[in-house]
Amino acid sequence: MKKTITLFFLVFLCNSLIGQIEKQLPARPQPPRLVTDYTGTLSADQQDALERKLVAFDDSTSSQIAVVIIESTGDYDIADFAFALGRSWGIGNKEFNNGVLLLVAKQDRKMFIATGYGLEGALPDATAKQIISNEIRPNFKGNDYYRGLDQGTDAIIASVKGEYSAPENYRSKDDGEGIPGIFIILLVIIIVSVLKRRGGGGRGGFRRGGGFMYFPTGGSSHWGGSSGGSSGGFGGFGGGSFGGGGAGGDW
Amino acid sequence: MSTRNIVLISILGFILLLGGCGCSGYNGLVQKDQEVKGKWANVESDYQRRADLIPNLVNTVKGAANFEQETLTQVIEARAKATQTTIDPTNLSPEKIAQFQKAQGELSGAIGRLLVTVEKYPELKATEAFRDLQAQLEGTENRIKVSRNDFNDAVKDYNTTVKKFPMVLFAGIFGFQEKGFFAAEAGADKAPTVDFNK
Repeated sequence: MKKTITLFFLVFLCNSLIGQIEKQLPARPQPPRLVTDYTGTLSADQQDALERKLVAFDDSTSSQIAVVIIESTGDYDIADFAFALGRSWGIGNKEFNNGVLLLVAKQDRKMFIATGYGLEGALPDATAKQIISNEIRPNFKGNDYYRGLDQGTDAIIASVKGEYSAPENYRSKDDGEGIPGIFIILLVIIIVSVLKRRGGGGRGGFRRGGGFMYFPTGGSSHWGGSSGGSSGGFGGFGGGSFGGGGAGGDW
Repeated sequence: MSTRNIVLISILGFILLLGGCGCSGYNGLVQKDQEVKGKWANVESDYQRRADLIPNLVNTVKGAANFEQETLTQVIEARAKATQTTIDPTNLSPEKIAQFQKAQGELSGAIGRLLVTVEKYPELKATEAFRDLQAQLEGTENRIKVSRNDFNDAVKDYNTTVKKFPMVLFAGIFGFQEKGFFAAEAGADKAPTVDFNK
């Protein structure tokens, strides 16, 4: 049994080691936000204004447009970095893959609009390229980052609008960002309780057996819904995926 | 007598255990095999997407005054060769994948040379048609990169299972062969990197 547990953790460890670019990615913001500025470029007011606009768009369409500003993508191509980040955060809906990531690497003076699978039709690469050259780059060149991002996201919204509409109960989404964690905890609890029962000697074990049943039911109902936004903020990323759509540019 | 029984039972138990492992391992492999095939379909369709862009690219470029004919011919020939090299998804052997990668790599090289040549034609570069095409080409290369990576990940997962105990005992019997994956970019296969922003 000990070996099983060791094996289990080994597998878990292996899974978490796969891929190297993932290590370079910034962690998903907690609480979730659509606008994340790691460089201090935008003022708090500007961030809030952008965030409000994008959250409202997410609420009405379920299409998620995320804006992320970082210093640098390191050795990685900004396109690769953007796809990995979009996938890792899960921008967009899992079902529709309707996420867009506008990534800005300020020090590198590079940007990239990554388009989720489900929006490649509404926001083709050529359009993404035009948005970068017509809306964002001129403003960035004049050091007006907020205006560039504001007009850029406006243009993205204009092309993406109408492609998807939010399902009925969209606000109360619980797309289970924590579910793998719950599974692991459940598994550990089950393994431990089985071990305990074995160890405690067969006959008296039944009474104890009831004990571990308490945890899963109490635990899961509590964990599941807590990520849903109730205060009108962003409800969280939905697990959308990216397949290489989009365009980039510099300034 | 009783020791013999114990030996018999443990042998039987061992066989049962092995059979059980084999069964569940078999199901797992079938699933991984399907996963690889699905990812391969994405790779193929992304390469197809690029091949579909080329006639458009050639036509756009041909419009420019006295464009070098030779580079165009090379692209057209490389495209023909690349689209002829297809793989049966049930036989994604390392040799086949290498062959496919080579043919597509030659096309990448030809496109790259074409785009370099275009640098000499500023009026052509400035047209909207060409700029849109550039964005599409660049996006297609990105898609190819992503789907190739996904394919490689699926193949690595599959290959590890095939080579690991207990499947290493059964994989051959069930006809699960090790699959090939895309080698890291060597010079000739590099996706055309062109600065699209000037």
